[in-house]
Amino acid sequence: MRRSLIQLRWLARRSALRTLRRPAAFYPSLLFPLVLLVITTGGLHLSEHVPGFPATSYFAFALAGAFVQGALVGGVNAGVDLATDMQTGFLNRLSLTPTPRRLVILGELAGAVVLALSQAALYLIIAVASGVRLASGPGGAAVVLALTVLMSLAFSSFGAFLALRTRSSEAVLGTFPLTFVLLLFSSFFMPRALMHRGWFATVAAWNPVSYLIEAVRGLVITGWDTGALARGFAVAGGLAGLAVALTALTLRTRSVAA
Amino acid sequence: MTAPVQSHPPLRHAALAAAGIARRNLRTALTTPSLLLPPLIAPLVFFAAFCGGLSVLADAPGFQFTPGYVAFEFVFVVVQGAVFTGIFSGLTLARDFESGMARRALVAVADRRAIVGGYVLTALGRAPVTAAALYLAGLAAGMPAGGVIDMLVLFAVTELLAAIGALWASGIALRIRSVQGAPMMQMPAFLGLYLAPAFVPLGLLTGWLHGAAAVNPFSLYLESGRGLVAGHPVRTAETLAVSAVLIALLTLWALRGLRRATAQAS
Repeated sequence: MRRSLIQLRWLARRSALRTLRRPAAFYPSLLFPLVLLVITTGGLHLSEHVPGFPATSYFAFALAGAFVQGALVGGVNAGVDLATDMQTGFLNRLSLTPTPRRLVILGELAGAVVLALSQAALYLIIAVASGVRLASGPGGAAVVLALTVLMSLAFSSFGAFLALRTRSSEAVLGTFPLTFVLLLFSSFFMPRALMHRGWFATVAAWNPVSYLIEAVRGLVITGWDTGALARGFAVAGGLAGLAVALTALTLRTRSVAA
Repeated sequence: MTAPVQSHPPLRHAALAAAGIARRNLRTALTTPSLLLPPLIAPLVFFAAFCGGLSVLADAPGFQFTPGYVAFEFVFVVVQGAVFTGIFSGLTLARDFESGMARRALVAVADRRAIVGGYVLTALGRAPVTAAALYLAGLAAGMPAGGVIDMLVLFAVTELLAAIGALWASGIALRIRSVQGAPMMQMPAFLGLYLAPAFVPLGLLTGWLHGAAAVNPFSLYLESGRGLVAGHPVRTAETLAVSAVLIALLTLWALRGLRRATAQAS
């Protein structure tokens, strides 16, 4: 057990460091949600004056989207990194050591989760520095971080599942536009109550990303909205459970070595 | 690198080479779904998302655009689609450098400016398809059809934007010679487009974004495009003049890149 934990720590450390050492991959995923947040706030702040809009600041309203977008993009990156390890033969070499296969994947996932957590902490600091006061207080910030861990685990596991299935970093990277589709057809820009077009409201209601955003958003602009939190944690937990199960099943039938 | 023997007058040879490159690219795009669909589907997805999710903005105080929010966003996505169609053409050039095709073209074509011309022609061939798909989607979503002349002018402007996008991206492709240059092609265009009045009119933007949008050339395209859709053309001549200047500057940018690529290949 102790040996497994040591192996896990080293694999997670390598996973996180490898991502940090590839600025071309890491910084866009770190900065892009912030850039989009700033741009959409500039363009959509008029929404604050729309009757029924739930916040006095569009920046505070849109902040939640950055956390979910960061976790989504981080998940794709985790999958790309794992597929790259398979393509370059790193996992081949690792399979010659006594390290169990599940630990190899867990190490990759743990590295991705640590990065997502750091990213979310940075977003919180930037939000507070920009004048956003979390309606749920410091406890709410802790819950945002907890939800980020769960979201990151879910999306990174989906990335790992795709990497194991396809063994191609390009194929995993090809799912990147899907993250945009998931965000655009959710309550990312507007609350569902203000979606005038019925079909769009229906799509957003079926889109799990809406509930993740609304859980974080509730903590930022409303306070302790237990309904939104329960739905957010249920969706994040459900997605994480499904993704981990799919990854575990794939791992049982496929070798991590190329 | 030695220039190949010419069997046609230089200008005709260059035109034939450019047309040949464009024909090859368009044929490849038409027969490869992974190349054909993304530039077509992405603007449709943005159009659906913006019209569906943001139409409530039409109720915001001060928002006035008679043809409606669908038409307002149609112009944004048609401009975005044209620019990115051009950028995809530059990306094709980068991919051709990776596969060796572009280097063979450098050897085979006497007037190498025809290579850049070929990729610009590719963008010009694809942009109307994207614009037409968006127009049909807009009509299906209830957008007014607009005047024939106005729509033809708007489509002509999208061709200019596609050329601008292709020249910009080709300049990057000729310098980087790898698809890894894709973020450098896309990010400035993305920022430029969203630092313009993408979701609300320029007059309703405030603060730093208003300042940025006021000097952003994309704002001009959006304003004149929306004027055309509304049937009250505004700043159309200005848009054409700015397009001419941008095309001239970006042609120089692409040709300098071509010189670098040629020097590297020889």
